[in-house]
Amino acid sequence: MPKLLKSTPFRYALNATAAVGLYAVIMALINTGILNRYQALMLIPIGFNIILAVSLNLTAGFLGQLPLGHAGFMSVGGYAAALFSMSVNLPTNIELPLALVIGGLVAAAFGVLIGLPALRLKGDYLAIITLGFGEIIRVIILNLKFTGGAYGLKGIGRQTTVTWVYIFVIITLYVISTLIKSRHGRAILSIREDEIAAEASGIPTTYYKVLAFSISAGFAGIAGGLYAHYLSILDPSTFGFMRSVEILVIVVLGGLGSLFGSVISAVVLTILPEMLRGFAEYRMVIYSLLLVVVMIFKPSGLCGRYEFSLGDTIDNFFSMIRGSLIKKGGGSDDASA
Amino acid sequence: MTLVYLMINGLQIGSIYALVALGYSMVYGIVKLINFAHGDIIMVGAYSTWYLMSRFSAPAWLAVTATIVMCSVLGVLIEKIAYKPLRKSDRLSLLVTAIGISLLLQNVAQLLFSANPRMFTNIFTGSVSIGERQFSNATTVTIAVSIVIMLLLTLLVKHTRMGKAMRAVSEDYETAQLMGINVNNTISFTFALGSGLAAVGAVFYCCSYSQIQPTMGSMLGLKAFVAAVLGGIGSMPGAMIGGLCIGIAESLTKGYISSQLTDAVVFGILIVVLLIKPSGMFGRRMNEKV
Amino acid sequence: MTPVLNVSNLGINFGGLQALDDFNIQVKNREIVGLIGPNGAGKTTVFNLLTNVYPPSRGGITLTGQNTLGKATHEITKYGIARTFQNIRLFKSLSVIDNVKIALHNSMNYSLLQAVLRLPSYWKQEAAATEVCMKLLAVFNMEELADATAASLPYGAQRRLEIVRALATNPKVLLLDEPAAGMNPSETAELMHTIHDVRDKFDVAIVLIEHDMSIVMGICERILVLNYGLIIAQGTPEEIRNNILVVEAYLGQQRGE
Repeated sequence: MPKLLKSTPFRYALNATAAVGLYAVIMALINTGILNRYQALMLIPIGFNIILAVSLNLTAGFLGQLPLGHAGFMSVGGYAAALFSMSVNLPTNIELPLALVIGGLVAAAFGVLIGLPALRLKGDYLAIITLGFGEIIRVIILNLKFTGGAYGLKGIGRQTTVTWVYIFVIITLYVISTLIKSRHGRAILSIREDEIAAEASGIPTTYYKVLAFSISAGFAGIAGGLYAHYLSILDPSTFGFMRSVEILVIVVLGGLGSLFGSVISAVVLTILPEMLRGFAEYRMVIYSLLLVVVMIFKPSGLCGRYEFSLGDTIDNFFSMIRGSLIKKGGGSDDASA
Repeated sequence: MTLVYLMINGLQIGSIYALVALGYSMVYGIVKLINFAHGDIIMVGAYSTWYLMSRFSAPAWLAVTATIVMCSVLGVLIEKIAYKPLRKSDRLSLLVTAIGISLLLQNVAQLLFSANPRMFTNIFTGSVSIGERQFSNATTVTIAVSIVIMLLLTLLVKHTRMGKAMRAVSEDYETAQLMGINVNNTISFTFALGSGLAAVGAVFYCCSYSQIQPTMGSMLGLKAFVAAVLGGIGSMPGAMIGGLCIGIAESLTKGYISSQLTDAVVFGILIVVLLIKPSGMFGRRMNEKV
Repeated sequence: MTPVLNVSNLGINFGGLQALDDFNIQVKNREIVGLIGPNGAGKTTVFNLLTNVYPPSRGGITLTGQNTLGKATHEITKYGIARTFQNIRLFKSLSVIDNVKIALHNSMNYSLLQAVLRLPSYWKQEAAATEVCMKLLAVFNMEELADATAASLPYGAQRRLEIVRALATNPKVLLLDEPAAGMNPSETAELMHTIHDVRDKFDVAIVLIEHDMSIVMGICERILVLNYGLIIAQGTPEEIRNNILVVEAYLGQQRGE
């Protein structure tokens, strides 16, 4: 049994089953009414926040460069996806994924355009320049005609469903986690660890920085598309600096470099404000206080760099049981001797 | 005619940016932190002055003095409570903490004073005529007082013991400590000074723009930060000149292009500066030793 | 025999300071060359210029006949120069094997798409890379540390890991920057063997910066002495030992003589 658990194909099958199983559970909870309509609708923002956080974690946690303009890419993707879906008339189940892919690609292209100049800078300077680009994107959208300017874009089809969000969350997690465990992912990690040593080891660092940056932007764009087709309106003022900060907060609280942490953190931080709705006046105070307290007492975030692996967890579980069995067996051997 | 008018307006807002930018620059110089909460100190200063004057009918001079003291104390407290424990951890955590403090200040203000804007009554009423042009007292006082403050500050940093300590700590934190400089006091002093300047900036800002609200500090702070980067972060003359340049650029954009594009122009300047000369006009280039 | 590394008139200015000037060296295959000199003489600068960490102000560099001057650092690595760093630069929070695998980046060529879809090329090349890593680590008796975090290694092992990582790029010239720094005498003695072994097993030329004279005199076939950015002497260990200029550079000029 443990040997089987360690085999790669089994692991993939296990994860795939778990993904499908979780989906079945969620749908069952919705259909049986255990999750009410309002709670079921919450699943959608949870989903795109997961995508936003996981994608930002690729640059902030794995590449080790802090961008403050993630909302800019989200808005680019959102507008691109919405403008596409508003201009065509296809069946929803073709139109939405197509719109999302287009949103993602446009955002990724912006990622390259902005990343090429911006990534020449590091650390604080990179944070500021991406903040600047994010703000400029917002101001430009505000002043363009085809984006609806300050009035925003209205009448976008409400096509985002729990199923579509779930599919794209799984795709995002799959792509980013497989990417990290490849030569490309290691190249990205090496830049975080030591850029000069990475170059000296033959890693084209600029290429991989821009690559990570644009993949990150691309997924933010997909999240933007999901967001647009969920709210059915886009308002440029919602994509400001504060939005980028909110996404960053999710990532940092979850743990820079932990996908698992980002997912948990996105779920908690999306639900928490809703649960604190009773204390509406206090919730943002609590939220910001929480951020400061976590930073002071656990700067690596709640999960550090921990990664959850279903296979390992089950494996550990079995070896724990086996361990305790052997102990018992050993004990009886001693007694007989 | 319009050009002179726009330039004067630009100098006015620019002086405010310069006062705030000095805080960013000094703090960055000394603890290498972009203090995102600095912009919100402006907001605190604005509310404090407004509250003292409207609720306690305090005279303007008293309200302003009390505000400056309060903001300085707040700045020091923030450093002691939130930043000091993280001085040894990585820069990213520090930056995130600063963002957290910024959010906290905004939301506490919103809790206390609601999100609705409040009206601030100008304390420098009246106007003077220079030649054939009329300038409001708010404008002339802002520019004049800012220039005096900047001169005093330059003297302070150049010639006092504390000023020398500040320069030493920003040069090399550990060596300064070995030389017997009390690093903690120096850092506290820098935060107090920066926050005090932000309070002064807040008063001037409110006198010309009259509306105050909990989020007023973030955009103002960001632009002052751009000014600090333009001048060369860590450099005090840089912050001053950077502030004036941003103010004038903004004013000219408003006058000749479109008031909607001012933000884009300011951030455009930021990007161009960072790409062409990240060390700004007066900053020093840092190289990593290999 | 043509030299693997041919450097002519290399130089750089930092501000007004000539940190290195008129630096010439020809390194033959499998040769071990020492680079010595007082602190600040420009030794590490030579390495930084050879690997284009700082772009040289002037001069020419060819590696097995190919011009590498002005090429990006990672390109130069592909041509066949690998290096270690004076103040160890490992990928600290990654595992030992990942440290080495990163240096094998260019020996694999599966695409991003192939990686994400986990196509056979991914599995094949990853398995091959793991094997190469384990073989390399075994040469340095480090195969059991493969899964440890690089930062958790003792100092000497960290220095060895840096050499393993450099070798993984399959270099023709290996630049070692103070490999014995911080080592105790027995570790130093072991390091000397290791350096010899590396030269023999991997068929590389080695350029070595070192302050420990026992190593330099013990294993280098030829020594260059730098002072104030200029080569002041070169020759066999024996010649260098007796060179008055070298003694002066290290001990200061004797007054009154």
